[in-house]
Amino acid sequence: MTLESNIPEGAIADKWDNHKFNVKLVNPANKRKFTIIVVGTGLAGASAAASLAELGYDVKIVSFHDSPRRAHSIAAQGGINAAKNYKNDGDSVHRLFYDTVKGGDFRAREANVHRLAQVSVNIIDQCAAQGVPFAREYGGMLDNRSFGGAQVSRTFYARGQTGQQLLLGAYQAMMRVVGLGMAELYNRTEVLEVVVKDGVACGVVCRNLVSGEVFSLAGHAVVMATGGYGNAFYLSTNAMQSNVTAAWRAHKQGAYFANPCYTQIHPTCIPASDDFQSKLTLMSESLRNDGRIWVPKEANDTRPAAQIPEEDRDYYLERRYPAFGNLVPRDIASRAAKREVDNGRGVGPQKNGVFLDFGAAIDRLGEDVIRDRYDNLFEMYDRITDENPYKMPMRIYPAVHYTMGGLWVDYNLMSNLPGLYVLGEANFSDHGANRLGASALMQGLADGYFVLPYTIGDYLAPMLGKPVVTAADPAFKAAETKVGDLTKKMLSIKGKRSVDDIHRELGKVLWDNCGMGRTEATLTKAISEIPAIREEFWTNVKVLGSNESMNQSLERAGRVADFLEFGELMCRDALHRKESCGGHFREEYQTEDGEALRDDENFAYVGAWEWEGVGNDPTLHKEQLTFENVHLATRSYK
Amino acid sequence: MSLSNMKLKVTVWRQAGPNAQGAFKDYDLDNISPEMSFLEMLDTLNEQLNDRGEEPIAFDHDCREGICGSCGVMIDGVPHGPERGTATCQLHMRKFQSGAHIKIEPFRASSFPINKDLSVDRSAFDRIIESGGYISAPTGTAPDANLIPIPKGVADVSMDAAQCIGCGACVAACPNGAAQLFTSAKIQHLNLMPQGQAERWDRTINMVDTMENFFGSCTNHGECEAACPKEISIDFIALMNRDFVKAQLKQRRLAGQVFP
Ligand SMILES: Cc1cc2nc3c(=O)[nH]c(=O)nc-3n(C[C@H](O)[C@H](O)[C@H](O)COP(=O)(O)OP(=O)(O)OC[C@H]3O[C@@H](n4cnc5c(N)ncnc54)[C@H](O)[C@@H]3O)c2cc1C
Ligand code: FES
Repeated sequence: MTLESNIPEGAIADKWDNHKFNVKLVNPANKRKFTIIVVGTGLAGASAAASLAELGYDVKIVSFHDSPRRAHSIAAQGGINAAKNYKNDGDSVHRLFYDTVKGGDFRAREANVHRLAQVSVNIIDQCAAQGVPFAREYGGMLDNRSFGGAQVSRTFYARGQTGQQLLLGAYQAMMRVVGLGMAELYNRTEVLEVVVKDGVACGVVCRNLVSGEVFSLAGHAVVMATGGYGNAFYLSTNAMQSNVTAAWRAHKQGAYFANPCYTQIHPTCIPASDDFQSKLTLMSESLRNDGRIWVPKEANDTRPAAQIPEEDRDYYLERRYPAFGNLVPRDIASRAAKREVDNGRGVGPQKNGVFLDFGAAIDRLGEDVIRDRYDNLFEMYDRITDENPYKMPMRIYPAVHYTMGGLWVDYNLMSNLPGLYVLGEANFSDHGANRLGASALMQGLADGYFVLPYTIGDYLAPMLGKPVVTAADPAFKAAETKVGDLTKKMLSIKGKRSVDDIHRELGKVLWDNCGMGRTEATLTKAISEIPAIREEFWTNVKVLGSNESMNQSLERAGRVADFLEFGELMCRDALHRKESCGGHFREEYQTEDGEALRDDENFAYVGAWEWEGVGNDPTLHKEQLTFENVHLATRSYK
Repeated sequence: MSLSNMKLKVTVWRQAGPNAQGAFKDYDLDNISPEMSFLEMLDTLNEQLNDRGEEPIAFDHDCREGICGSCGVMIDGVPHGPERGTATCQLHMRKFQSGAHIKIEPFRASSFPINKDLSVDRSAFDRIIESGGYISAPTGTAPDANLIPIPKGVADVSMDAAQCIGCGACVAACPNGAAQLFTSAKIQHLNLMPQGQAERWDRTINMVDTMENFFGSCTNHGECEAACPKEISIDFIALMNRDFVKAQLKQRRLAGQVFP
């Protein structure tokens, strides 16, 4: 099967407008005849569900959370980008487009990125109209800050809770249509299978997480907005329940998984304190605007920070990247920290961090200014570590944070399975090999508010009056049986090890071998080790309780089972990509001074994998990427 | 490396399902580190239970960063436990003494039925939101965001209210099981904004009515504010009450016009 990206004709700046004019429309009176199932209520899913229902489609919304407002998007802190140029500092749609393509290390589709930059301006308007309490200047206008190394101030924010406020805006818009009877909501319901008949996605099989009941929802299209797969690593900054299950089960039904090896490691997280650690906490990137990163010059220097004089400190980012200093992109900052810790210059009780020091900023600006900017983050740090960042530097270390890879989609956000759309972090589309800060929220809302509502009509319009597959179809019954059998199997193993214990083992293999730095040797090792862990799971996992009541171990077991298959694909993708780009750093491919070395001649493509069964080599499909507007160049932040 | 030096006794509410009879059960723990979060302590207990063949304790959680509002249990009778302005997931064991005996229960309120053990059903909050907790601005209708300036002070107070994480601690803390703090935070977040004016009075009436269908009534105890992990002020309740009275007057006046 060839991958048709369906990028519209025309100059880059005209493609989206041309496309909106050319897509087929569904007459307003006919929209209610189409049922669309939206899985996930993060920014992408909630915004899509609200917008589609407002248009008049019959929408069914599924989320495993107890309330849609709890989706992982709620945790985003820093902000959301938009090319508003409110600061008059030279921003434009073209600049945001350019920065995103370059920041993604030339592994994203230009046309998608340009569209994202175009609609970014509408997102801010939409959210402001919904009452999102963005930060304001004294004159009442919206405030912006510079974020994640951008040279312009284009990031909108709501204190340190931007994701929360944007999600509440989308959630409220969605609850409005639910209240008006225009959409139906299924909380605490997990999608465990995507139903495909004659090659077309026509519904999902769900499990009610309180009663255990398995049931099907049939529709004309399925929209999957189920988030990223960072928790494959066990420890990450993602919410505990974030997982790959919905995407993975769609993959096993034929949807291609693109670029799974592109994972983003965020440079500023609180280092792990011990084995019981259940997740890692992000400290917003905005801290790097005022904090200086350093380690002691000498390895094994155990003096407290305050007793290490200036001349014994190495501000290694400022030294190596004088132009960008502490504001280099995430992948570069993360690898630099790893290098210091690997060289024995790590700090803290486990020597697994580097300092992020606000001393100079406090001297320069005063404690009040710093308090005004970061107090909620400082407080959170203090609460977790029992250390006061006003008095001593924070300790930070990189952690898995975001996944650029995801299900393959075309320009319309439809996967290679007709009828299956994928939005937000769950798709692979806009960030290439590295995402810029404050761009995930932008993408999720772009997909849901402003892209899908246009593109989905093009698919639905020709289906008017045609027969639909209902939940009584044997395809649904077979899928329900499969889900039920899987549950029974997991409950019947009655082995010795807990789900978390096995997940932790997988996570360690992935982190050690497919983490910040990867080599052919480490990846080959991981690919040989993961099947054994999978085997261990299917013979020795211990899941107590029953299917007929709430059973959180059972929920996690299903998700870990999928991570055990997915992790292998991630390593295979990383192994096949013999270059370094963005978040994918193959140690064999680096410049003399340790920067990522891309191979555009051989790898300027999207790697989309087709499932061939457990333990079998997946098949690679390539979508060649062309760069006509942003010319291929080596990123330089020196 | 681990400082697993705390011993604890915990008494936990166990209930097999929504309609099952529940009871307290005691457990001893001797490998708790002060660095653990409260939920990591529960994780550790659950690993032990699983090992010895007893079903782990169900409890809700997700972000573990104090923002999603999933977590929340009564710790020694206090929602989210002893540390002010802190959700259960952000509470650390260093706040307890070794040898402590801790009682852990689900949020208790008739409007929050128990799903299992420590997990409750808070969907009544969603019902309040869907009855009016929004600004009707269908996608595509918005003017430029800077067309409506909002004084910084107004935006800041609105944000103070909007911070609510919807955890339900306010309801659990209230002797009457009232949801005034939650409802008023949401109403005032929107009612304070210029964008929120068009629907202000209907929103207030509808949300207050829905709230009263599900929850008890407020008698100004103020326990809610003390329990709130975001320290949302009960001043918002006063503002809501003011808006509610005004909204009723307006409704009456309108009714007078329609039915003279
Ligand atoms: C700590 C942190 C801070 C961040 N800060 C920023 C930031 O400042 N700026 C920025 O741009 N980005 C940030 N990000 C990234 C950004 O938050 C996420 O990429 C984005 O919110 C993902 O949104 P989503 O809608 O795609 O998915 P999610 O918000 O993850 O939502 C997934 C939804 O799918 C549902 N779901 C999943 N699987 C199933 C299933 N099988 N059945 C039923 N339902 C299912 C869940 O219930 C949930 O509703 C941050 C991420 C983290 C971890
Ligand atoms: S787990 Fe999200 S607030 Fe505690």
